[in-house]
Amino acid sequence: MMRTYAGHSTAAKSNELYRRNLAKGQTGLSVAFDLPTQTGYDPDHELARGEVGKVGVPVAHRGDMKQLMEGIPLDQMNTSMTINATAAWLLALYIVAAEEQDVPQEKLAGTTQNDIIKEFLARGTYAFPPGPSMRLIADMVAYTVTNIPKWNPINICSYHLQEAGATPVQEIAYSMSNAIAVLDAVRERVDQELMGPVFGRISFFVNAGVRFVEEYAKLRAMGQLWQELGRERYGVEDPKHLRFRYGVQVNSLGLTEQQPENNVQRIVLEALAVTLGRDARARAVQLPAWNEALGLPRPWDQQWALRIQQVLAYETDILEYPDIFEGSKVMEGLTAELVEGARAEMAVVAEHGGAVEAVSYMKGQLVDSHRERIRRIEAGEQTVVGINKFDSTEPSPLTADAEGGILVVDPETEAQQREAIAAWRSQRDQAAADEALAALRAAAESDDNLMEATIAAARAGVTTGEWSQALRDVFGSYRAPTGVGEATGGDVPGELIEAVREEVEQVSEGLGRRLKILVGKPGLDGHSNGAEQIAVRARDAGMDVVYEGIRLTPAQIAASALQEGVHVVGLSILSGSHKELIPDVVSALREKGVDVPVIVGGIIPEADVAPLKEAGVAAVYTPKDFDLTKIMRDIVELVGERNGVAASA
Amino acid sequence: MTPAGASGAELGRRLREGDLSAAPAALNLVESKIRTDEVHALLREVSPAAIGSEPRGHLVGLTGPPGAGKSSLLSALVRAWRDDGRSVAVLAVDPSSKRSGGSLLGDRARIEFDPADDRVLIRSTAAGGRLGGLAPATRAAGHALSAAFDVVVIETVGVGQSETEVAEVADTVAVVVQPGSGDALQFIKSGIMEVPDVLVVTKADLGDIALRARRDLSASLRSLGEREKRVVAVSSIPPVSGIDDLVAALDAHRASLDLPARRTDARRTSALADYVVEHGERGLRALGGRRAALRYLAELDPGLDVATLVDRLEEKALTR
Repeated sequence: MMRTYAGHSTAAKSNELYRRNLAKGQTGLSVAFDLPTQTGYDPDHELARGEVGKVGVPVAHRGDMKQLMEGIPLDQMNTSMTINATAAWLLALYIVAAEEQDVPQEKLAGTTQNDIIKEFLARGTYAFPPGPSMRLIADMVAYTVTNIPKWNPINICSYHLQEAGATPVQEIAYSMSNAIAVLDAVRERVDQELMGPVFGRISFFVNAGVRFVEEYAKLRAMGQLWQELGRERYGVEDPKHLRFRYGVQVNSLGLTEQQPENNVQRIVLEALAVTLGRDARARAVQLPAWNEALGLPRPWDQQWALRIQQVLAYETDILEYPDIFEGSKVMEGLTAELVEGARAEMAVVAEHGGAVEAVSYMKGQLVDSHRERIRRIEAGEQTVVGINKFDSTEPSPLTADAEGGILVVDPETEAQQREAIAAWRSQRDQAAADEALAALRAAAESDDNLMEATIAAARAGVTTGEWSQALRDVFGSYRAPTGVGEATGGDVPGELIEAVREEVEQVSEGLGRRLKILVGKPGLDGHSNGAEQIAVRARDAGMDVVYEGIRLTPAQIAASALQEGVHVVGLSILSGSHKELIPDVVSALREKGVDVPVIVGGIIPEADVAPLKEAGVAAVYTPKDFDLTKIMRDIVELVGERNGVAASA
Repeated sequence: MTPAGASGAELGRRLREGDLSAAPAALNLVESKIRTDEVHALLREVSPAAIGSEPRGHLVGLTGPPGAGKSSLLSALVRAWRDDGRSVAVLAVDPSSKRSGGSLLGDRARIEFDPADDRVLIRSTAAGGRLGGLAPATRAAGHALSAAFDVVVIETVGVGQSETEVAEVADTVAVVVQPGSGDALQFIKSGIMEVPDVLVVTKADLGDIALRARRDLSASLRSLGEREKRVVAVSSIPPVSGIDDLVAALDAHRASLDLPARRTDARRTSALADYVVEHGERGLRALGGRRAALRYLAELDPGLDVATLVDRLEEKALTR
């Protein structure tokens, strides 16, 4: 099956895009939701500011879902939804949209990502604490296995673990441990005879990096461990149920902002990892666009990604042979090595009490692995073409056009969505909505399956934010561990670090206390890897680092900067909401009388740098600034300069 | 930001008058290693001698091993104190890296607070070179903030040395123990049962395991003859429970305390610790050893602030 991950601005615009993609030969839908929808906030919530329609489509109620699927026959569609904390809710809206097309739910086919542990570990769009989150997942699995048999209720993502720095062994071990946590929770909520079909409905979403031989071995290893797990732990016998089913999105972490055209060949090679051998071939492949490191891809960029798959499938001969690695000693050896490593790491997770209890441990391990990866690139031990080798380039015609080769979401979208949701609330039957929410709260407090009450709420016109708030009221809110406290102080490569430490000492002496930096992420974007690495490196450079984590309002950042007495504030944004949020943070700081320099890192298009600087930002860093120690030196010098203290003796 | 020249005396006076907005600048100053005269001026303004009584704030030490649930507990406690109308300052202490001298202060991210509420202050502090202990500035900060805030919490990580260090500065020490982790046993074995005034067993939602931990701790306290110490079981995640009991237990301990005596002791111990940081073992010998130094301190005016006490020790060392 071929898809591209898509959705932006509004339900109507995304619907147009889907219909265009289907006309081009795409065979399924892959829905990207915006961050407010993913984290359970309506477009008019304070935290939604700057994020509405940015990384996906906003869906706030059944009206939006209906419009999103307008003219697309849901009984024939296979729809994959990248939705996790609010997966039960979006599935309910999808069921109701199908009802409105007269399609009964048992005919629906598709996937909800619904993997909360990797949200705690890597992606950050969680809404509820771990316990209730696992219950929601178990409820959905139990519901779909009997009511929507063709639905994949959960897609366990090793993808994001690799993006967060996981080694192949960690990727296998943590995703398998994650599956165990889910299956154990489901086992308590369904009859034993359903465990076969339940096991058969669990699918995986894996990553494929450019070291594609090892990546193929990884997939074989996962298949092997998965079958073992099914047989031994859950007593599954049917080979159909035991099959390791997975979809792929190839690696984004390795895509570069410099010479972005090189990403095309990286993507092709990564696609080979998951298609070359038949025994562990992916059932659905999704390729990123070549310019993902620059900003939101345009339809043409996505078409290019689709064409890569079509060339592989229809022009090459890879689909014509049985497994071409069969009997390969190298492949067998590599697979065995990965299986063994993964078993050992799974045992460590089990010792912690399972994946839910081990979130903090796993997060610390991932932050460490990611730091090691960056160290290797900085030290030149790992070559990245265009970054630390062969880095001179001719000017690129691909990024030369005015908007820099990316899609820009109309800033009016957010205002329109705010008005639209107010209108929706005023037009619906308020009594019915209130009643549905009360029933939802009651179900959450009891041990009943939450799906029935959730579907009833969807029918009653409840909004995404209201559904989530009702559950937050009962379950409480939660902040995931950041992993940075657990990260050990490792070796930092290069001679520069010693010089920077010396400068930090000098400036700190001059300031009278140690140079202190606040690092945090405004908005709803939960991709915290960059911010975490900056925090760890700042610590290793000798600074006192207040790491604030994700999902911060400008008011929170300003209050923290004031209370903490920091000398500099570092902000990270990858979701494209920097144009709204960064100026807000700067003015919130100044209102509190905090006059320290602000630096920004993230996916910031070149054209946005000047406006950010005008808004008071001292420096902007993008993925091409991979040398973290150099960034640290800039920071020390900036703080020294602002405070009239010399950085060097 | 307060300009570099803001007067310590001015900040101290504002704190004494209950002006919480002076707190961030006061903390920046107290941490300063170069503006020592200004720091002393600030501390003099909030000393009992200047106020006419002990600063009114309740200095609570909260300590326990990593993962015991301190941050969730603090979120719940801060909420309870605020609901009760009390202003709260939290000094969260994290260790520093030995290699770089830097530190990662990650706790702030885990304590929930309302940024619009200006009667809550959370400040992360590095322990500096003091392994498992408190930086001198943290003690001074605790003293200074207690002049303005109703409750000042000093939160530290670890089992062992940090409890005793916190005990030297806090009015009331609460030690947090996680059930089912071996913490309770570890704690009983560590022989520091006399340090905590209140023991907190977190994760009461674990049911039997939490109950057992609580029973074990109560039994060992009794066997040591520590009958007045409370063991409170709390759950910081919904359904939240036990937080009100904990607040009451902390208040009860404070009410039972001879506050001037405990604070005077704390200041004298702090002064000696600061003196040793500055002058080392040799400086201690110049005073005739630890016991002689404490004897000398005991002769001085109980209302003197720490900085003045350090000055007196330095003078004494020269005259001996």
